[in-house]
Amino acid sequence: MELSTRLIIAGCYIILAPFIIGLLDGFDRKISARMQGRRGPSVLQPFFDLKKLFEKEFLTANKTQLFMIRSYLVFIVLSGILFFGGFDILLVVFSLSTAAMFLILASTSTHSPYSAQGTHRELVQIMSCEPMELLVAVGFYLATTPSTFNVSEIISGSQIPNIVFLPGFFVGFVFILTIKFRKSPFDIATSHHAHQEVIKGVTSEMVGKEYGMVTLAEWYENAILLGIVGLFFLNSNPVSIVGAIIAILVVWFLEILIDNTSARVKWQLMLKLAWSVTIVAAGMNLLLLEIIRG
Amino acid sequence: MSSIHKSPWLLHYDGSSCNGCDIEVLACTTPVYDVERFGVINTGNPMHADIFLITGGINSQNEAVVKQIYEQMPQPKVVIAVGTCACTGGIFKECYNIKGGADTVIPVDIYVPGCAARPESIIDGVVKGVALFKEKAEALKAAEN
Repeated sequence: MELSTRLIIAGCYIILAPFIIGLLDGFDRKISARMQGRRGPSVLQPFFDLKKLFEKEFLTANKTQLFMIRSYLVFIVLSGILFFGGFDILLVVFSLSTAAMFLILASTSTHSPYSAQGTHRELVQIMSCEPMELLVAVGFYLATTPSTFNVSEIISGSQIPNIVFLPGFFVGFVFILTIKFRKSPFDIATSHHAHQEVIKGVTSEMVGKEYGMVTLAEWYENAILLGIVGLFFLNSNPVSIVGAIIAILVVWFLEILIDNTSARVKWQLMLKLAWSVTIVAAGMNLLLLEIIRG
Repeated sequence: MSSIHKSPWLLHYDGSSCNGCDIEVLACTTPVYDVERFGVINTGNPMHADIFLITGGINSQNEAVVKQIYEQMPQPKVVIAVGTCACTGGIFKECYNIKGGADTVIPVDIYVPGCAARPESIIDGVVKGVALFKEKAEALKAAEN
């Protein structure tokens, strides 16, 4: 892929991702409400919320926090540029981890016990998701011939969608998406449920625009994660883009369904389940791939 | 154009209420009343809240807590006293430990009477509070300029 094309796609990501994910989030809240027998808010509600957060008075605990949150946002956007620009997927995973580190630093820069508790939960969450994220990158490397971590070569180099070789990785990845989208479990700090066990976890001390930036960063991150879902279905044939979009929408709906049917999952179960699914689904797939490759 | 009136997040604090009003407040979030259709989210964090909804009277123990929560909320903010106890102290008014309604420690914008206040009147109070946001946001902007 030419550099100019890469830059155009990355530019589209920076501009469009918040709108698309914000709208998906709006539909999420509407669908969730309908599943619970409620009317629910407008589909534009996430945008109203975000705009409001940037308009609120800024009462910060310290200056470090704002710097850390800005860095968090920058690294998430950078990961997105790397991914949608078609660069190294391994680099995307590492860049996302760096971003998460800044979020942790932001929440620990205050002395609130709720932030501290939330940080602990956030670390557990990272611990349960990170292995699967790394394995997905490894999976794509093994499934493509010649082996590559480069996103644009993964797409252009494969004649059939990678999902055929990586069903176990796909299952494992969709499983951790529930956690990455901050849907389940309910006691994981910034979960979207109306009640939280630890107030608002890592975001407890984040006021107004700080919380707005974290929300925005989450939207950018969700765009990358859904992009990885799409990558399982993309190949050199441009028609596969339609398949990828359908797959993304189906996975998004599935996450809403899981969220609404397993509302009482706690973080202990999350850790056990996430690792079990990672080891069984992705591990088996990895073994089979190795055998096929000889 | 401010959008705060479209997404008023609510913080519920139980002063020394008998829990009657608290149950009615929670009833507002159930499918029957579904207060989320107005964009209202019941948040547990004062730093994210726009509306401070207080039930029950103020006693000498929770006075400092109510003040602190109020101060932690960023502007613009609205305070709604729900139920007779939060409005005036109610039947506990004469008790030795009760100072009176919420307005004895913080400025209250909207009073929702009732024992217990019905969900309909609570939602009505929240909607009135939301209408106040427009004025408050504009006043804040004028003060900044």
